[in-house]
Amino acid sequence: MINMEHGSIIEHRDDEASRIGMWLFIFTELFLFAGLFLVFTVYRIKYHDGFHLAAKELNVTIGTINSIILLFSGMTMGISYLTIQKGKNKITLIMLAMTILLGIIFLVNKYFEWRVKFEHGLFPGSSELISLSKGDVMFFGLYFFMTGLHALHLIAGLIFIAIVFWAVIRSRVHSAKFALLENCSLYWHLVDLIWIFLFPLFYLIN
Amino acid sequence: MSQNFVSYLEYRGKYKGILGWIFSTDHKRIGLLYLYAIMSFFIVGAILGLLMKIELIAPGKTIMDAQTYNAFFTLHGITMIFLVVIPGIPAIFGNFFLPIMIGAKDVAFPRLNLLSWWLYITGAAIALSSQFLGSGPPDTGWTFYAPYSLSIPTNVLSAVLGAFVLGFSSILTGINFITTIHRMKAPGMKWMKMPLFPWSLYATGWIQILATPIIGITLLMIVAERLFKIGFFDPTLGGDPLLYQHLFWIYSHPAVYIMILPAMGVISEVIPTFARKTIFGYTAIVISSFGIAFIGYFVWGHHMFAAGLSARSLWFFSLLTFIVAIPSAIKVFNWVATLYKGSINVQTPLYWAISFIFVFMVGGLSGLFLGSLSTDVYLTDTAFVVGHFHFIVFGGMGYAFMAAIHYWFPKIFGRMYDKSWANTGWLIFFMGFLALYFTMFYLGMMGQPRRTYDYFPEYHAGNIVSSLGAIIMIFGLAIIIINLVRSARHGEKAAADPWGGKTLEWTIPSPPPIENFEEMPEITHGPYDYK
Repeated sequence: MINMEHGSIIEHRDDEASRIGMWLFIFTELFLFAGLFLVFTVYRIKYHDGFHLAAKELNVTIGTINSIILLFSGMTMGISYLTIQKGKNKITLIMLAMTILLGIIFLVNKYFEWRVKFEHGLFPGSSELISLSKGDVMFFGLYFFMTGLHALHLIAGLIFIAIVFWAVIRSRVHSAKFALLENCSLYWHLVDLIWIFLFPLFYLIN
Repeated sequence: MSQNFVSYLEYRGKYKGILGWIFSTDHKRIGLLYLYAIMSFFIVGAILGLLMKIELIAPGKTIMDAQTYNAFFTLHGITMIFLVVIPGIPAIFGNFFLPIMIGAKDVAFPRLNLLSWWLYITGAAIALSSQFLGSGPPDTGWTFYAPYSLSIPTNVLSAVLGAFVLGFSSILTGINFITTIHRMKAPGMKWMKMPLFPWSLYATGWIQILATPIIGITLLMIVAERLFKIGFFDPTLGGDPLLYQHLFWIYSHPAVYIMILPAMGVISEVIPTFARKTIFGYTAIVISSFGIAFIGYFVWGHHMFAAGLSARSLWFFSLLTFIVAIPSAIKVFNWVATLYKGSINVQTPLYWAISFIFVFMVGGLSGLFLGSLSTDVYLTDTAFVVGHFHFIVFGGMGYAFMAAIHYWFPKIFGRMYDKSWANTGWLIFFMGFLALYFTMFYLGMMGQPRRTYDYFPEYHAGNIVSSLGAIIMIFGLAIIIINLVRSARHGEKAAADPWGGKTLEWTIPSPPPIENFEEMPEITHGPYDYK
């Protein structure tokens, strides 16, 4: 707050504080998913065979492509973080735009993947899924819930990047003031990291 | 004291009137916004509790039927736990005094702080809308146990969503406080020169950040269960209701420490001020806070002793429950040792602090009955549990809250309350409290189940005492609240340091100036420097 009456205009800015705040928020997010990983582990042990069979229904190719896309977006995000510090704002903007694009491609892939599952009746509450084993019910319940929650985080990340993109254009984020971009990058890597755990859990272990 | 400053109460910023409050990013104004909101919810919750006790004054239906009673104890629980006790001390007194006590102008993220308040109000509105929308108020109890909460038609959904939003508000407050303590301590204020109330908020902040997301995801799973029939906790679809209980208590046990740690912080401030003596065992109090916060994560199973866990895990949880009592006891010894040979100045906050120690000890010792496996099997789901819980949570957090408001009232409003009315209110409240909850131990031992609107005639005498206690307690509460509300406008002007306190908030004028400190304080000595 700028307070004219008292004659002191001090812009309070503490990049270290915003970095700490972001890390604490990331801890919270990790524990949010930790709860789900716990549930996943419990049901994986309980319905070992059912999970084994259900995992074969997933398309490993799309999953792998999406993993590569997200890893690549992590790289473009990282480059934007390096270039902003060197004042190369144009490259930063290109990299941020690429990150957004890659995120959208991930979501489009996800959409097609989900649609196929819906066409096969493999979604929570469908009569076909309930007719299958309890392991299948739980596997697809967790699959949709966890990848869905991850997708929501990814969309939040995309909005965050878009805000940073705008801030770079308006020169509110630049080589001497880039905490916002740094935090955005931290958040994006969290989204990335959670997928790195989701991918083997659902697609690869069987 | 020079008068050339503008107090935060009189300050005119960008907005006028009420907008100047609800859009203010000043930590003091946000603290007061929380105070008004939380006090309103507390009065609602207390009236619900009183009506329940009136229902129980005689066996059979007295003023309400079974379904209404179930809805009442659910709403009483949700209101008191999520809207009053969890945010209570951190959101009101933490917001107001944390920056001042560490010598800062505000919290690290003032706008995030305002967002927390708005989320709190939004969450409260969503949670309370469950009473009016959909097919009737929820009747699950505040624990939302599955599979009942998944299948009943009552409006569980908005209660659960409200609790989720409130959890988010709590997390943001925790992030804000931890960052503030890391980054904004005044020059010279080393960690071990920080007063104990900020220390307790620091430990609380970590629990808020690391435990609240677990309830967040659990509540989201309940939402998904009700909307999409996923089956996480539904045995007909292969889910495990016990898993719900585990997840729920993984948060909700540490949440007890979110309630009690700031309360202990308040008591650690009040006692040295009125004993006019340095706190005994500063380091031990700091370390025991973290001991409580850490061990508190691993005792959740003691809420499930009768749920059918394996014998080995029961043994483990019981042992840890006994261990977690140790750091709490360390604090009690420290407070009592601080009073010993102090030059005690008996004032209203000290009455509350000393009665806190008493009720907290009764609550803690009765907790050991429930922490031992064999006695718990006998006592579980009886009125004994309700008595224990209210001694710890209401007797703990509630008494500390009262100590805090009577301690910091002159600083917050710049006016002093009527001390004799405050003391009278405390005495009536305390007597009513003991009659109300002590009787529950007896009734529970005799076998009266909790959460029922009816009981066998042999429990009648005990229930009359308990219900009369409730009426007396509410009478005392009314005196206290009316005295405070009246004094906030009409009380005598208070001095900057009416109690002889030594922490930083007593070095600035009452009410504090908008920027807290005219010049940044330099800290050269410890927080309780009585020499």
